[in-house]
Amino acid sequence: MAKINESLFTAEGFDKRMNAKGFWRVMMTEYWIPKDINFLWAMGVVLATTFGILVISGIFLMMYYKPDTALAFDSVNYTIMQEVAYGWLFRHMHGVAASVIFLIIYIHMFTGIYYGSYKKGREMIWISGMLLFVTFSAAGFSGYMLPWGQMSYWAAAVITNLFAGGSLEAWGLVEWIRGGFAVNDATLTRFFMLHVFLLPLVIIKLIVVHFYTLRIPHVNNQESDDIDYDAEAEKYLAGNKKESKVIPFWPVFLSKDFAVLGLFLIFYFYLVFFNYNFAMDPVNFDPANPMVTPAHIYPEWYFLWSYETLRGPFFDMFGMKAGDIGLMIFGLAQIIFVVFPFLDKDPDILPAHKRPRFMIWFWIMIVDLLVLSVYGKLPPTGANAWVGFYATALFLLLWVSLPFITKADAKARGAL
Amino acid sequence: MSKETSRRDFLGYSFAAVAAVGGVASLVGMKQAWDPLPSVLAAGFTTIDLASIGLEPGKPQVHTWRGKPIFVLEKTADMEKFDGDLVIGDKRYTIAIGLCTHLGCIPAWKKDMWKCACHGGEFNANGQQTFGPPPKPLVIPPFKVEGTVLTLGEDGAESKAMMAARA
Repeated sequence: MAKINESLFTAEGFDKRMNAKGFWRVMMTEYWIPKDINFLWAMGVVLATTFGILVISGIFLMMYYKPDTALAFDSVNYTIMQEVAYGWLFRHMHGVAASVIFLIIYIHMFTGIYYGSYKKGREMIWISGMLLFVTFSAAGFSGYMLPWGQMSYWAAAVITNLFAGGSLEAWGLVEWIRGGFAVNDATLTRFFMLHVFLLPLVIIKLIVVHFYTLRIPHVNNQESDDIDYDAEAEKYLAGNKKESKVIPFWPVFLSKDFAVLGLFLIFYFYLVFFNYNFAMDPVNFDPANPMVTPAHIYPEWYFLWSYETLRGPFFDMFGMKAGDIGLMIFGLAQIIFVVFPFLDKDPDILPAHKRPRFMIWFWIMIVDLLVLSVYGKLPPTGANAWVGFYATALFLLLWVSLPFITKADAKARGAL
Repeated sequence: MSKETSRRDFLGYSFAAVAAVGGVASLVGMKQAWDPLPSVLAAGFTTIDLASIGLEPGKPQVHTWRGKPIFVLEKTADMEKFDGDLVIGDKRYTIAIGLCTHLGCIPAWKKDMWKCACHGGEFNANGQQTFGPPPKPLVIPPFKVEGTVLTLGEDGAESKAMMAARA
């Protein structure tokens, strides 16, 4: 079988060497997707496309950006914004895509939570997705440092300080991460490396893993119907397309995805051209100054909810310092979603509208995350501090109650 | 176990040993590449002459040491006398690293205290935390005193005493 006589430069010869048709069939035309889905199932392709936009706009930005504290601010705000042809466009595309990708990630995540697409066979999809979320967060943070404005500097100072671990006082670790006593040139250059090379590399690998994790358990559907894919695929291939519960990934599923993608891209480019300011904090148009802290420091909108859990507990409790409690809750908030499949004690895969108590839990969680996000941006004084405190307490309470609530639903249904 | 397999095992173990030594050595090297550079460590000394910087009582100044702000406050007569003050002649001073001990923002002086805009922490004129998330007083930098001249970065008895009074 090693010897192939047909020329490489014929369709048949190429296919004999590469099995291109077989590969296409397995990956595309005979990769089966349930029919019973809605536009929320298009978010994966929307995310992959947005990541593509980030890579391409990032490549163009990198050609003029200078990762040096003396040059970085001007290379962005003068060279790229004013001199490079369409430099402003690439910057706004990059900044807006970085912001919007988190909106889609959150929609994608909560779609999975709503329909129970994280459990009983789909745990690896969930876990690899959460790893992507964490890596994207790191990429967002490292990228935010690069324009070297006031918010860049102070976000870097505050976030690297977190690694001291509060009362653990691990300043050696903080200085190691920064490569100096304070955030400095070495910090900027190493975060540039993380942002343009290491983290994108990890993200690309994780995306491949994330796609692969779907292969065996398949995509969930609106009613969490347990589909016999072999039988349904046979029906489809035999021509009974109407009766079959499945459709091929290409061209049927993707055609609908592309329609949703089209709408998304119109929304995205509307933001890029007419409303980019939400992703361009005015404070970050002041050059970094280690001697002046901006009046208040807040992260980009997508980190606000977890930031608020950091400052929610503002007084000492249980013999612990307020700052340490906040840091512990903040640390927990970063990772708690990963263990979602193991906190859900319901043995059935069902959408939230068939789990009445979980449905309530789901919407309270969303409202709580919105409240945390809103108060994460407000100054932490007076009544604001108390709203933050109670919203943080509710966040913890929701996680503690999740196993009991899911169990109660299963019992009421008679499944336990 | 056949002879063949044990030979292959031996090859496997010897490769694992070589790889482990190489891997650990690489990690040590990579860790050190991220350490602060010698030039950064060496540039760590600053002198401040309290008599010649135009200090007014009750109005703190901000100086720089190792890229960090240093608060220098000459206390007014009404301010509480504190064991941790730096006393030179009949004047009392608060010298502290001007970074909030919560997450490192620079608190701003408001009338009679430092207030941090990031998470609402407050410090009194002694640099002690009085409200919010800061877990401890402002940190005292190591310094040496000669007359009215402070050399930041060098250990001295006065800075040690100030640290001890706040511990």
